[in-house]
Amino acid sequence: MSTQQPLLSVEDLHTWFELRHWGFLRVGSVRAVDGVTFALDHGESVAFVGESGCGKSSLARTLLGLHRPTSGRVVCEGRSLGDLGRAELKAYRGRVGYVQQDPYGALPPFMDIGRILAEPLKVHGVRDRAERERRIEAALAEVRLTPAKTYTSKFPHMLSGGQLQRVVIARALVLEPSLLVADEPVSMLDASVRVEILELLRRIRAQRNLTLAFITHDLSTVRHFADRIFVMYAGRIVEQAPVDELLEHPQHPYTQALLTALADPDPDNAQRERPVPGGEAPSLLHPPTGCRFHPRCPHAMAGTCDVEDPPRFEPRPGHHSACWLHR
Amino acid sequence: MADDPLLSVDGLRLHYRARSGIVHAVDGVSFDVRRNEALVILGESGCGKSSLAKALLRVLPRNVQTFDGSIRVDGEETMGYAEERFRQEIRWQRIGLVMQAAMNALNPVVRVGEQVAEPLRVHLGWSRQRAQARAREVFDLVGVSQDFLERYPFELSGGMRQRVVLAMALIAEPDLVIMDEPTSALDVLTQASIMNRLKRIKRELGTSFILITHDVATSSEIADRVALMYAGQMVEISNAEHFFHDPAHPYAQALMASVPRLHQAERPEHIPGEPPSLADPPAGCRFAERCPKRFGRCAEAPDMLTVEHDRSVRCWLFRYGGNL
Repeated sequence: MSTQQPLLSVEDLHTWFELRHWGFLRVGSVRAVDGVTFALDHGESVAFVGESGCGKSSLARTLLGLHRPTSGRVVCEGRSLGDLGRAELKAYRGRVGYVQQDPYGALPPFMDIGRILAEPLKVHGVRDRAERERRIEAALAEVRLTPAKTYTSKFPHMLSGGQLQRVVIARALVLEPSLLVADEPVSMLDASVRVEILELLRRIRAQRNLTLAFITHDLSTVRHFADRIFVMYAGRIVEQAPVDELLEHPQHPYTQALLTALADPDPDNAQRERPVPGGEAPSLLHPPTGCRFHPRCPHAMAGTCDVEDPPRFEPRPGHHSACWLHR
Repeated sequence: MADDPLLSVDGLRLHYRARSGIVHAVDGVSFDVRRNEALVILGESGCGKSSLAKALLRVLPRNVQTFDGSIRVDGEETMGYAEERFRQEIRWQRIGLVMQAAMNALNPVVRVGEQVAEPLRVHLGWSRQRAQARAREVFDLVGVSQDFLERYPFELSGGMRQRVVLAMALIAEPDLVIMDEPTSALDVLTQASIMNRLKRIKRELGTSFILITHDVATSSEIADRVALMYAGQMVEISNAEHFFHDPAHPYAQALMASVPRLHQAERPEHIPGEPPSLADPPAGCRFAERCPKRFGRCAEAPDMLTVEHDRSVRCWLFRYGGNL
């Protein structure tokens, strides 16, 4: 297997959604993903971190081939998604697994777990019933729902949130994908179950050597479960670095603000106020000119940040940040 | 009396009738809230913490089977109050409430200023003008520009709407505000700025808070004391210093170890097993099944035991001279 080539590369990707009034009057475009470039290597675990509305879910859905990019390319093993025909696109979708955010909503309530897991196999042409059952059993064993027999006949409402999320993961694995996209896989779960699911994802990634793209708003969970972090703000990647490097030496003012706003449990927290940048994340319909964080940035330089888009700088080796401060 | 705690809850029970049987959502809960104190009620989903909030303000669904115990406000027993008296004297004036997801329950066709002023008109019979003037003050307090009084909820961001809901709870200057998961649907930065506001309000107005949450990190942002709930009961009530640095109950210890931290190399650990069903709680200690330290005695139900000043724990380990 060639490891020279990344599994997936994304080049200047834009995913915009057209906004219309009354169904036909064009008002503009929501620039959910607006100029994103990165590459994912085989067997790598990366986290996309950002607040709601920063475009991270739209990015995930574009990677999955569920949204068509407005411009730019998603290239998987040398071929652009846009060039794929119908059958090839279907094959591609079989190679990327999707773990949804809300396990309670991701599973059809009227199908039992066995049918839910058989569905992707049927769609992707696994005709042999015994083969399907073998693969379902293997997937359930992999997410530690054993013995499989006790679960395949159950319906989603009979399982707890943690068990449901395991079923969702099993469904994503059943076609043996090479990329797993997990969109906030634990945000709906309790603290004690979260860690369990994250550990599970990590183990599966290591065993299968698959690439994991992990989307989250919670920086504190990424430390132990990802190799690299991409920080997103208003449709763009503003900073990227290996996990420890980014957490110890955040370069972009937005990342710095996020990290100071986040608390580790400590009784002293109650005694101090946290510095928080004013304002709110910008509308993606009319993003600010120049750097998108400049209206809230404590270091904004008039005449630069509000005029010109910052390119990607490399203030430390392997650590990229899109901020004029590094010039 | 001034010596009495602001709120004193004793042996509170709230059971529901459900198809699966009687759900013991709140099952003998006792705690105090002191003046100008923030008590955090911490617990995972399904532990009964939201039911507790509803029980405290008597906003109860129809399928209540049992609702008894004692709720004293300023030393005065309120359980005997008729609904009308409770509504007029306690709810909103003495105790304000921010319900879970309340920011999504604002009336979409009424201007937010009017909605915020409504409790004053309903509970205190104030004129529209007087209530609006007060609404303007409270908007300043929670950090929303007064221009927003004339807006509709859809014109406000999530963070703004949450502040509006908080303004509504504060408008009648209650001594105590109960907030059920006030920031869990919000972004990190918005969450931090709302917590900053709450700290300021507590410091400047001397308001007491009960913050109900599942989020350990957020709870430490305001807690003076922490009450940890498990399967309908309190299992530990400690001051924040004790709770966050040296939790006593085995569940508290396991919960703290499961929290991922930014600045810590150790990996978080999950708690094996699941909490018991509230429809059929075990007879003994409710955490025993998942507890790494269980022993013979745990088949009996432990009582809440005061271990030291400002710390009580529901665990047999402490009956036998401390942490084994």
